[in-house]
Amino acid sequence: MQFSESWLRTFVNPSLSSGELSHLLTMAGLEVEEMKPVAPAFDKVVVAQVLSKEKHPDADRLNLLTVNVGATEPLTIVCGAGNVTVGMKAPCALVGAELPGIEIEQAKVRGIASFGMMCSEKELGLAEESAGLMVLNDDAVVGQSIREFLDLDDQLITLKLTPNRSDCLSLYGIAREVAALTSAPLQTVPPASFKQTGSLSRKVKITASAACPRYSGRVISGVNAKAVTPAWMMQRLQRCGLRSISALVDVTNYVLLELGQPLHAFDLNKLNGDIDVRFAGKGESLKLLNEQTVDLQDDMLVIADGKGPVALAGVMGGADSAVNEATTDIFLESAFFAPEVIIGKSRRLGLNSDSSYRFERGVDFAATEVALDRATQLILDICGGQAGAVTELQGELPARQPVKLRSSRVHRVLGVALKADGIARILTRLGMVFQQHDGEFTVTPPSYRFDISIEEDLIEEVARVHGYEKIQPAPIQARMSMLPLSEAQRPLASLRRIMVLRDYQETINYAFVEADWERDLCGNAAPVALKNPIASQMSVMRSSLLGGLLAALRANLARKQPRVRLFEVGGCFRAEAGSYVQQDRLAGLAYGGAVAEQWGAPARNVDFFDIKGDVEALFAPRRLTLQAAPHPASHPGRSAQILLEDRPVGWIGELHPQWQQQNDLPQPALWFEVELSALMRGSLPKLAPVSRFPLVRRDIAVVVDEAVSAHTLLEAMRTCQAPYVMALDLFDLYRGPGVGEGRKSLAFRVLLQDTQKTLTDSEIEPSMARLVAAVQENGAQIRGEA
Amino acid sequence: MQELQKILDDALQSFATIEDAAELENAKARYLGKESSLTGLLKGLGKLSAEERPAAGARINQVKQQIEAALQVRRDAIQQQALQARLAAESLDVTLPGRGSGMGGLHPVTRTLERIETLFHSIGYDVAKGPEIENDFYNFTALNIPADHPARAMHDTFYIDEQHVLRTHTSPIQIRYMQAHIEQYRHLEMMPDIRIIAPGRVYRVDSDATHSPMFHQVEGLWIGERVSFADLKGVIADFLQNYFESDDIQVRFRPSFFPFTEPSAEMDMSWKDGWLEIGGCGMVHPNVLKHVGIDSEKYIGFAFGMGVERLAMLRYGVNDLRLFFESDLQFLKQFN
Repeated sequence: MQFSESWLRTFVNPSLSSGELSHLLTMAGLEVEEMKPVAPAFDKVVVAQVLSKEKHPDADRLNLLTVNVGATEPLTIVCGAGNVTVGMKAPCALVGAELPGIEIEQAKVRGIASFGMMCSEKELGLAEESAGLMVLNDDAVVGQSIREFLDLDDQLITLKLTPNRSDCLSLYGIAREVAALTSAPLQTVPPASFKQTGSLSRKVKITASAACPRYSGRVISGVNAKAVTPAWMMQRLQRCGLRSISALVDVTNYVLLELGQPLHAFDLNKLNGDIDVRFAGKGESLKLLNEQTVDLQDDMLVIADGKGPVALAGVMGGADSAVNEATTDIFLESAFFAPEVIIGKSRRLGLNSDSSYRFERGVDFAATEVALDRATQLILDICGGQAGAVTELQGELPARQPVKLRSSRVHRVLGVALKADGIARILTRLGMVFQQHDGEFTVTPPSYRFDISIEEDLIEEVARVHGYEKIQPAPIQARMSMLPLSEAQRPLASLRRIMVLRDYQETINYAFVEADWERDLCGNAAPVALKNPIASQMSVMRSSLLGGLLAALRANLARKQPRVRLFEVGGCFRAEAGSYVQQDRLAGLAYGGAVAEQWGAPARNVDFFDIKGDVEALFAPRRLTLQAAPHPASHPGRSAQILLEDRPVGWIGELHPQWQQQNDLPQPALWFEVELSALMRGSLPKLAPVSRFPLVRRDIAVVVDEAVSAHTLLEAMRTCQAPYVMALDLFDLYRGPGVGEGRKSLAFRVLLQDTQKTLTDSEIEPSMARLVAAVQENGAQIRGEA
Repeated sequence: MQELQKILDDALQSFATIEDAAELENAKARYLGKESSLTGLLKGLGKLSAEERPAAGARINQVKQQIEAALQVRRDAIQQQALQARLAAESLDVTLPGRGSGMGGLHPVTRTLERIETLFHSIGYDVAKGPEIENDFYNFTALNIPADHPARAMHDTFYIDEQHVLRTHTSPIQIRYMQAHIEQYRHLEMMPDIRIIAPGRVYRVDSDATHSPMFHQVEGLWIGERVSFADLKGVIADFLQNYFESDDIQVRFRPSFFPFTEPSAEMDMSWKDGWLEIGGCGMVHPNVLKHVGIDSEKYIGFAFGMGVERLAMLRYGVNDLRLFFESDLQFLKQFN
């Protein structure tokens, strides 16, 4: 909410500078978001009146003016403004004045001496653009400083109010808060002095009595709707960020700003019959003031006449019953609508009104008539007319339940001991009614506070007025016990370190992605979609981290990075049986050289087995297996599912040439993605006996069809129960001459050892024979044998 | 005798000119071998009388030993020369870069989060996690934000369906953790304190230089028998001073409003010549405790929430939030 400081000071005027006032508000929870002066700094600009005007002898577009600036002698001023007329009042910058960007000196303009400058709003820094001189009202006193006359030393203060402080959505409300914080006296609005002279009234009925606990209305007849809004009111409205519309509307807006009570003026002659405050019926619609026609729902409260809804209660009036220049009689409404009835309606209709903003949060239900009288007085003053009697209906107003407040609880919550009489003083300043007994208070909050319903609410009030700043930080004290630390769980931080050590750079990508990525890379036609995405390329939740990594790769290639290795840890999402499943995963993407280009290693592109090594390092010491399987993102011949203890835990592959081409990648990209939970599962080391006897190495070289995987042979040997075997590894792979088309040569290293004795050939041979038999059973031929 | 002296002189002279190990061994055969003069002299000893024989034999042996010693000295010298030559040939340019595969690095947000976790861990805070697609109850209702409450407008929420949202804050983790905690300690008269931080990604419909539709928050929660607003201020001050490694950092609390805390405060930190907003905090609202079944007369506590990117930006001098999510290696590698 934006307001004028000088308007505020008409209600409460503590001896604080603007800066101090701003600090006070901020530290009391009414955060000052911005404070800016109404006008830039300048001086020596006064109200002047044009006495005569004649053409400049040497310049068609310039005039010679004689101007009264309140001095003994009028000044001669050369002026180029088009709107100068004799008798007009306008600001004049005297010689020596410093305006934004110009200094006024006595100068010759086309040969004629000029003793000052007549000013436009733009020249004074009051407007971005202006056409001609700033026209001042006739009541301006010649010679008076323009700063004084237009109140230009005023500050525009913008508060960022939290939703609980609806009581501060008005000048009077803010003033009441300032008075409570400073103990400076609070002025009320001038009491109405009009007499009831009109005889017209309008009957009101409240069908929805719980939704509208109070409704006050009054007919004012014979108003001049064409009356001009006085300058002082226009200025205050403008400084609060409102445009002047018409005198009648301006008055209702003015009282809204002043007292926080939304008002509505109906054109009496456009109302048919009695007023009814009721919920909308099915099928009813209403054309609002903003020309939008809305279909009403049966939880929307309306003001209706004999023919149907004429206003959406507490939100916006209807277009057909609105006042305009031809209006002569009005029905002025000042009501209290229950917050829970107004809440959400304007949002549902895509509206935003000052009225609903206040009613949703809570309006002072004790002030409806004060506001009605205030507005009536202003309308009579500005537009004339006769005020009729008030029609007032009152139902069950919101209860202000007494709230208990214990001094001891204040101490426990805040950690500072406040004396009971100190608490009592704070409550009094806040306008709370209370009884006190033995450090226990029973407090009834005022009608304008909608945020006090439990003890803690009062404790916050006490702390706020006491000053949050005065509560000293306490040193940390706690009963300590150690935090659990599972050794079988591998911390995420150490998994990340493995990736870092293997030359991967961590990235964090948006969890919402393009639907195309999901379809192309994951084969996911039904991703979890956002109802209100921020952009179409961020419309669905990712089910894989790959898309984000690929986009990051593309972005870095565009920035001329030749070698990109990225990883991300994050959530992946999918819908399953009416709920959503989130799985955290770790994914890596490698592109470019296997190692960075260097003198010491031959240049070679990263390949499948490089990243397989990375994945193996992540899982080590546990052994994973790969099973060739197609994945939509990968080259069908270079794609595998990662199995851990026979359970699938992820995917590894080379990006499908189709996606490689689509992403403009000159070289293939390798990727993998694994479940984080599988990676994090570790185990406690369990010691096996350590042998003191020598290790024996034997090799087994075989030739086998390409179709038989090395893994098959290794598994066959591992499971054939050959004794003494400590380790089995593939150490050579050969394809080419001497082996035959469609076949390959594999060489395995076997390490044998016993814990009790040195092995002899007679013990080794049977074991080797068993291993050989195991590979032969899988179609392998021992090398050198026919 | 003269002959013996000549053999010795010849041998010594010959050895001195030899530079090659094989040649030296040939020379050895010439002077000490079967065909050598010295061997001839030894063979000739038999012709001498028994009286003369020992003395002559001793003289010959003496020369033989001298030759052998000279040979050994020369052998060692040649070997030493060869070693020196090899070592000289094998020397490296040690200034060449090491043959490494390179090192990656952590994202600055991860780096910041790990630091935050470590600091809070040091005062007994555990780390809790929760889902990013949250249901309405955990994200709003349990946190005392009923449907249609104006406070919901403070959270520009991404909706998945009527009941599910992308979590707008990490506060739902509080609720889940408290529920699990009281369940675990239901059998005890007094449950142990809850001290957690809950880091993670959160989502808001907002995007510009200072707002990202996805960012990270860290939520803190301490519930116990005696935990006050003054303690909250103490923990925040302690954290910020240690995080920024500066005892000069001051903490300022301003009254604010969050539906899930009462009293509530905005946390400001002194920075250069002014104050910077660093997050929100407050005493956990009794309605929130009630939702999870904790007696607010028996237990009391505070919660706070901070933006992780904000802390990282201040710490490392990053001026545009969007840099964190653009995956630009030139940016990321500066944190390695």
